[in-house]
Amino acid sequence: MQNYLLNRRYVVSQLLKDRKNSLIINGLGGTCWDVASLGDNELNFYVWGGMGNSCMIGLGLALSQPKRKVIVITGDGEMLMGIGSLATIAVKQPKNLSIVVFDNELYGETGKQKTHTGHCADLSAIAIGAGIKNSSIIKTNDQLLFLSSNINLIKELTFSQIKINNEEGPLVLPIREGAYIKTRFRKAVLGETALLE
Amino acid sequence: MNENTLKINLNWPLKIYEVLKENNIRQIAYVPDSGHKSLIQYCQNDTNMNMVSLTTEEEGMGLLAGAWLGGEKGVLLMQSSGVGNCINALASLTRACNFPLLMLVTMRGEWNEFNPWQVPMGKATEKVLSALDINVVRCETADEVQDTVYAMMGLAYKSNSATAVLLSQRLIGSKTFKE
Repeated sequence: MQNYLLNRRYVVSQLLKDRKNSLIINGLGGTCWDVASLGDNELNFYVWGGMGNSCMIGLGLALSQPKRKVIVITGDGEMLMGIGSLATIAVKQPKNLSIVVFDNELYGETGKQKTHTGHCADLSAIAIGAGIKNSSIIKTNDQLLFLSSNINLIKELTFSQIKINNEEGPLVLPIREGAYIKTRFRKAVLGETALLE
Repeated sequence: MNENTLKINLNWPLKIYEVLKENNIRQIAYVPDSGHKSLIQYCQNDTNMNMVSLTTEEEGMGLLAGAWLGGEKGVLLMQSSGVGNCINALASLTRACNFPLLMLVTMRGEWNEFNPWQVPMGKATEKVLSALDINVVRCETADEVQDTVYAMMGLAYKSNSATAVLLSQRLIGSKTFKE
């Protein structure tokens, strides 16, 4: 494994520094704790299960809320499990969706086994191949800061694969009751009346 | 005798489309399927419906969960074999969060099936869905489709339930594999 420069907690803090009213979907495991480490927010939908579907949740949300920015922050293992969703999302080209993959080349939650990106899989190339033209790989702080300063302004479907190192931050677990996370999120986005329909 | 003697002259795909329209269904997740060919066409012609073609059926659980988070209703159109692809997403996302879900499933592997590879999943479909505590109703005839879809839509979206309507192979007609 290469020793990448970027630390995941630093990356998430930069990405969501000016999140405003962005809607955040995380992946399973590490990226869930990363998002939670910045403090709880009712515009976070914390995904704790159904591995491989984070980007699709992001697509359904982006299509239903075209005026809101939707950011999916997931890991390389979760992305690989739902790799076909990149082709599905590329067909729709939602302008308000950005997919960010924290790629440490490891399945962190299961004992740090090497993922396919640690061998030969190139996620940003796969995203381009699927039809996501604005696809990039990020390894330096300058590249990260460029992304974080633009992510809320970009009016285009984007895919960013951020190579991160193996350093972990303190374990921060968010709320995990799915029905509550769902209903709280809907109330925050749609207002109280949505719960009375 | 015609193989599909019960396929009476009632346009049930159009009736389903009308129920979807009436209920303001906006996101149509689908895996192309000959049994749903007409319904897919009706929905494609409706500019208020957003068609999302999936690479595998389990993407539908994520899509429709996201749609509901953003305030839109949807439906998933697929074939019985696709139910097998959905199991963990149904359990660990849809059921775990009490997301509403309506699946319209065309059946294979039963009435006059030509392809033996379709039979095991066809036989397992209803049992698998029931094992996940999903509300399942079968339609055998065209005249019951409209009411059934309407009722399961209500159960899904009024009561946060996961539902499936199984459209029997006897209803849709068996695939002939002829030009």
